[in-house]
Amino acid sequence: MTESAEDRADALFHALADRTRRDILRRVLAGEHSVTALAGTYDMTFAAVQKHVAVLERAGLLTKRRSGREQLASGDVEAVRSVASMLDEIESVWRGRIERIDALLTKET
Amino acid sequence: MPVTGITKDIDSLQLAITAEFAAPVQRIWDLYADARQLERVWGPPTHPATFVDHALTVGSRSTYYMTGPDGEKYAGWWRITSVDEPTSFAFDDGFADDHFNDAPGMPVSHNVYTFTEYAGRTRATFVSTYDSAEALQKVLDMGVEEGATQAINQIDAFLATAAA
Repeated sequence: MTESAEDRADALFHALADRTRRDILRRVLAGEHSVTALAGTYDMTFAAVQKHVAVLERAGLLTKRRSGREQLASGDVEAVRSVASMLDEIESVWRGRIERIDALLTKET
Repeated sequence: MPVTGITKDIDSLQLAITAEFAAPVQRIWDLYADARQLERVWGPPTHPATFVDHALTVGSRSTYYMTGPDGEKYAGWWRITSVDEPTSFAFDDGFADDHFNDAPGMPVSHNVYTFTEYAGRTRATFVSTYDSAEALQKVLDMGVEEGATQAINQIDAFLATAAA
C-alpha cells in the first residue's frame, strides 16, 4: 500500500470511528442534506456538526456544494463500499479455510 | 458449498461465518486440536502454515508461520482464552516477530469458534472481531489476504486431488 493510500485509510477509519459521523453519513448517503438541517437533528452546536461534516469530507466519504447561503452535503457511496470491501477480503480468507476443512474431511470418507 | 451464512458488521468490525461439515463435532474438534491437520487448512495454498507449538488448553500460546511463494515467512501466534471441548474454543490471533514474540503495535483479532452437532453433521460458527478499523486495515495490509483469491480459484484443483 502506498503512503497516500495509508493516509487515506487513516482518514477513512478516523471518520467512521465516531457514532455521530456514522449517523450523518447514513443520512447523506440516503440523499443530499443541508448542513443546517443536519445540525437540527443533533443535540450539539452547528459548529460541532460542521466539524463532523468536515472530517467526513476530508476522508472522501462526503462531498459538499454551495447553493446560495446553504451548504449541501451528500455521501459518496463508492468510498463507503471500500470499508465493506475490506471485510469482503477477510471473508474470502475464511471461505478458503472452510473449503479446505471440507476437502480434508471429504478425503477421509 | 459448506458455507451457510455470513454476517458482516461494519460498525462493530465483526465477521461471523457459519458452515456445515459432513462430520461429527468431535472430528472437527480433533482437526483444530491437531497441529498437523490445522496447518493443512489454516493457510491458503500459496501461503501454507506451519504450527510450531499448539495445544487447545486455556492459557496456551500457539505459534505458527506462513511461508509465501518466495520463501518469505510471516509469523503469528494464538492465545487460547477459553476451551469447552469439543463444542467451542476462543483465542486471540496476532502477529509475531521472527522469534515468535508478540509483534508490538500489531493488530490482534478475537475469535470464537463454536461447533454444534445435528444428525451426525457439524454446524460451525466462526466469529472474528477486530479492535478497530485500523486493525482490520493493517491485517489486510500485512498480506494475510494474499493469495486468498487465488486460494478460491485453486479449490477446485484441491478438491479434485483430494477425491483422487
